[in-house]
This record gives sequence, C-alpha cells and structure tokens, in this order.
Amino acid sequence: MNTLIFRSVAPFLTALMIMFSIFVLLRGHNEPGGGFIGGLIAASAFAIYGIAYGVAAVRRALWFHPMSIAGSGLLLAALSGFVSILAGVPFMTGIWIYPRLFGVEIPLATVMSFDIGVYLVVVGAITSIALALEEKERD
Amino acid sequence: MATPSSTPVDLSAAFVMAAPTAGDWLVILPPALMITVGAVLVMVRHRIRLHAPIAIASLGFLVFLDMLLLWKVAVEGPVTMTMGRWLPPFGISFTVDVFGALLALVSAIAALAAGIAAASDVNDSGRRYGFYPFLMLLMAGVSGAFLTGDIFNLYVWFEVLLISSFGLLILGSERQQIDGALKYGILNLLGTTFFLIAVAYLYAIFGTLNMADIAMRVGSLQGAPLMTLSALFVLAFAMKAAAFPVNFWLPASYHTPRITVSALFGGLLTKVGIYALMRVMIMLFPLQREELSLVIGIVAVLTMVLSAIGMLAQNDLRRLVGYAVIAGIGNMLAGVAIGSLAGVSGAIFYALHSIIAMTALYLVVGRAAAISGSWTLEGGGGIYRLAPGFAFLSLAMLLAVAGLPPFSGLWPKIMLVKASLDIGAWWLAAGILVSGFLSTIALGRVFLFAYWRPQAAQTPDAPYGPSAMDWPSLGPIIGLTLLVTAFGLFPEGVIRLSETAAAGLLDPSRYIGSVFATGGAP
Repeated sequence: MNTLIFRSVAPFLTALMIMFSIFVLLRGHNEPGGGFIGGLIAASAFAIYGIAYGVAAVRRALWFHPMSIAGSGLLLAALSGFVSILAGVPFMTGIWIYPRLFGVEIPLATVMSFDIGVYLVVVGAITSIALALEEKERD
Repeated sequence: MATPSSTPVDLSAAFVMAAPTAGDWLVILPPALMITVGAVLVMVRHRIRLHAPIAIASLGFLVFLDMLLLWKVAVEGPVTMTMGRWLPPFGISFTVDVFGALLALVSAIAALAAGIAAASDVNDSGRRYGFYPFLMLLMAGVSGAFLTGDIFNLYVWFEVLLISSFGLLILGSERQQIDGALKYGILNLLGTTFFLIAVAYLYAIFGTLNMADIAMRVGSLQGAPLMTLSALFVLAFAMKAAAFPVNFWLPASYHTPRITVSALFGGLLTKVGIYALMRVMIMLFPLQREELSLVIGIVAVLTMVLSAIGMLAQNDLRRLVGYAVIAGIGNMLAGVAIGSLAGVSGAIFYALHSIIAMTALYLVVGRAAAISGSWTLEGGGGIYRLAPGFAFLSLAMLLAVAGLPPFSGLWPKIMLVKASLDIGAWWLAAGILVSGFLSTIALGRVFLFAYWRPQAAQTPDAPYGPSAMDWPSLGPIIGLTLLVTAFGLFPEGVIRLSETAAAGLLDPSRYIGSVFATGGAP
C-alpha cells in the first residue's frame, strides 16, 4: 500500500477522521454516536496512518503507548462513577455542572467524562491490536 | 437538553430519593476498586516493579471491604444500591445477600494468596504481559458477578472475567498455552453464548432483568416456557462450572498456564458458574429446579465419580488437581439437586471450602514440583526428606481436599450426605462417598509417590529448581492451610453463615424487600 497517492492522502484523512471521531463522541450525548463508535473511527484513522507510514510512525505520533491510553480511559470512566459520592447519590448517577465560558453556558456532566473514558478505552485497545497485527505482518 | 433552569419535576417517580449511606457504597466498592486499580496498573504497565506492591495492597483492601460487607449483610440483611439512582427494576441493582458476600470474601482471600504467590512465581516477562492488571480485572469480574442483582449485569461480569482469564491463560504465549487457551476460549464462549441466549429469552418472557423482580413475578406467571429457559440456564452454567458432559475444557487447559494462574482459575472460575447456577435455579426458578433435580443429581454423581477416576488415572500433578476441581463441582451440584435447606447450605459451605482448598492445592503442587524438579508422579519424589515442614502442610491440604478430618472438607460432605439421605436419595449419598473414597486414594498416591518415595534420579522437567525459604510462595500456603484447619476445627460459624445464605436463597423475600424497599414499581 505504498503508493504515492495513498501516502499523500493518509495524513489528511487521518486528521479528518480523528476530528470526525471527536464530533461523533460529543454528539453521542443526545443523538446517535458516542464513545464507542467514535473510538472505532479514531482507531481506524491510526490504522490508516499505520498502513501508509508504518507502525513506528504511529507509535511516535501517539506519544503514549496505546495500552496506557486504554488504561487512562478505564480510569476516567471508573472515576466518573465515583463523582456521585460527593453529591450523596448512588454510583454512576450523572452529575452536571454549568460553567459559563465567555458568556456561553456549557453543560458538563460525568456522563460525558464517562463517554470520553469509553472513547479512550476503545481507541487504545483497538489501536494496540491493529498495530500488533500490522507489526506481525512485516516480520 | 439538560439545562439548569428546569421546571420542578417530581423526581421521586423515577429516582431513588433516599441518599445512600456509607454502608451502601460497600456494595459497589469491590468491583469498582478492582477496575480502578486495574486501570492504574495498565497505565504503568512498563514499571513492573510497582505492580506487585500496588496489586497486593489493593487485594488486601478488597478482603477488608468484603469483610465489612459480609458483616453488614449478616447483621442487617440484604443491601441494595441501584446504579444511576434509577428506581429498580429500571436501574441496574447491586444486591448483596449473605450468599454473595460470603463467596466474594472467600474469593478475595484466595486472590490475595495467589497475588502474593505470584510475586515469586510470575517472572518479569509474565508481568510485562500484564499478570497483575489481568488479576485485578479478573477480580473485578468475580466480585461483580457475586454482588450484582441484575441478570444481564451478571452476564457482563462473566465476560469481564472471561476476557481477563484469556489474558492470564496465555501469559508468555507458549505453544502449549495457546493450545489450551483455544479449547478453553471456544468452549467458554459457547457457554457464555448459551447464557446470553437464555437471558434474552428470559427478558422476552418477563420483561425485566432484575433478579428480585423476576423472583417476585415467577410465581404468578402462567403458561410461560420456563422449563426450556431453565434447561438453557442449567446447560450454560454447567459448562461454566465444568459439570460432567461439558467439562472437557478444564483438563485440557488448566495445566498449561503458570501455577499461580491455575490456582486462581481452579479456586475461582468454576465457582462463579456454580454461584450463578444456584442463584438462578434455586432463587429464581425453584419449581423448575425441582423438575430438573433428577437430571442435576445424575450429572452430579457422574461428575464426581468420573473425575475421581480421572484423578486416579493422572500422572501429572497439575492435571490431577484439575480433576480434583471437577470432583468438587460434582459435590456442589449434588447440593443443588437436593435443594433442601441442608443440601443448599452444604453446597455453599463446599463452595467456600473448595475456593480456598483448590487455590492452596495448586500452590502446593507448584511448590512440590519446584522442590522435586518434576510435575509427574514418577519423576519426582523425596520431598519429605528435602522439605519436611512443607510436606506436613501438603499432607494437611491433601487431606482437606479428600474430605478427611480435621480439615474443612469434612463438614460440607457430611452435610451433603445427610441431606441426600434425608430425602431418600441413597444413590446421591453413595456417589459422594465413593467419589470421596476414590479421591482419597488418588491424593494418597500423590503423597506416597511425590513425598515419601526417595527422589528419582532423572533430569528435572519442572520450570524451576528447588529453592530454600521462599516466603512469597510459602506464606500463602501456610495462610490457606491455617484457614482450612480453622474451618475444620470450628465449623459452627461457617455452617451458620451457610445456612443463613441458603435460607436467603430458598426464601428470597428479604432479597426482594431490599430491592423494592425504596418504593419501586413492583
């Protein structure tokens, strides 16, 4: 898959897909979308980059090890469940805050941080599988 | 869209209004703690020096939490917390009764022992593969399965522990391990699929997944295909628990991983299957269990007698212990088949004994092989001379597994034999006794060949040579042996708790009351 066309398009495609994955993630609160499907889109973006430029390039670009990303997502999701202990309501109850940024009210919830956790778990786990398969193919 | 300027709504129609007490949080903390620690360990996966201390400390904390939980549940009755504040049966409830809390506590003790033993048994490569993160996630699955009050959630925890067990099974990626993991994986996935189909079917019939809700409705349901459903559940959980016709995955895979992993699996995994079987068949479908009791009884006898014969035929210590695990499953199934208070409490006591004893027996066998240098009976030998103190510990463990006094294996067997004679099932009692007799011969053979006989002169085939005082491997064995001895000498407390647990299963009214006390729609 080392054609010139693919190699020139891959970085743009990857960037676009990652942006789209974040859009899908945030959209998922009220409409179809969410952390899982967003994570899959982001993981396929990294897979495309890996096919074009090799696994080492993806690992460099990610900076963190994919499994560490998955671990941090799991931690974020678990901690989101614990936030409700402060409000005196059961585990995993959605807690909302409404900070005002530049005059715009932004609703933030533990539901969202949980979903971001799911996103990171899926990105980390699927990317690490994809990279491992890619590496095996080369040697 | 949620906005702050919402109009006043009557939240009590959809939400649990009472704030949970600190004690209620104990219900969710064991699995949540394990997941959190597991996530942290995955993040620091390259700093393998940190893994063992963090994991062992949090397993110790898990034991402490489960103790508090058991104490609370034994004093106050079942405790419920419904996730996300939704009213049950719509939210996912975690409901803990004495049965769940007992098993959670004992499995946490077994996991702590295995976690300590792993400090010397699992090498750096195994840790880099993620032994401790997988152990944490496995314990999240096991604790979650014991504590949840929602049947689909039970399925989810089964998946969590299944996936972590795959990871533990192939630690090191040796050829033999992949082979064992393939058989284990395919058959367990098949079992889980049956479970999932049964859950879907159950939801189609009842329209609810909350176990308390199901237990409440099952009596008033007319003409529902509950026998088919129960048969599916029995098949699925029998596969998970390794009951006779569907148990071939266990001897095919349990001897392949590191001995600590075998110890964890032998102690915990099959018991989760038995737990689910008892929870579903005794608490949710008592009438169908009555109908199926003959089938379950025959399966129980075949499981324990055939696996005891399997023990006699085995030459490899690890495979022999694998058959000992299955023999124990047969005894627990006998208790499910009897179904009386005495029978069920016998089965519960046996499960508690078996978790501790099987974990300990695998650890003993691992150390024995390390001392004598061989996994086989004819290759090893001479352990009594090389390590007399350890030989005594091993003898205690072998007697406990065989069900001889003064160790904890004796009492549940007596309870089960008596309960089966009480309902006139002499063949069940005979099965338990014959299986116990054959296991005693098989385990006696182990002591005779591996311990008393002088060491055979041959090249060692076990993974490591003899070592002197190795506390991480000896400590857990000593601890578990003390526990088994204490249960054997002072069984009253455990028997009383098992009876409370069994009574809670046979009459789930307090369980139901705990879930719907907060005014949920019944």
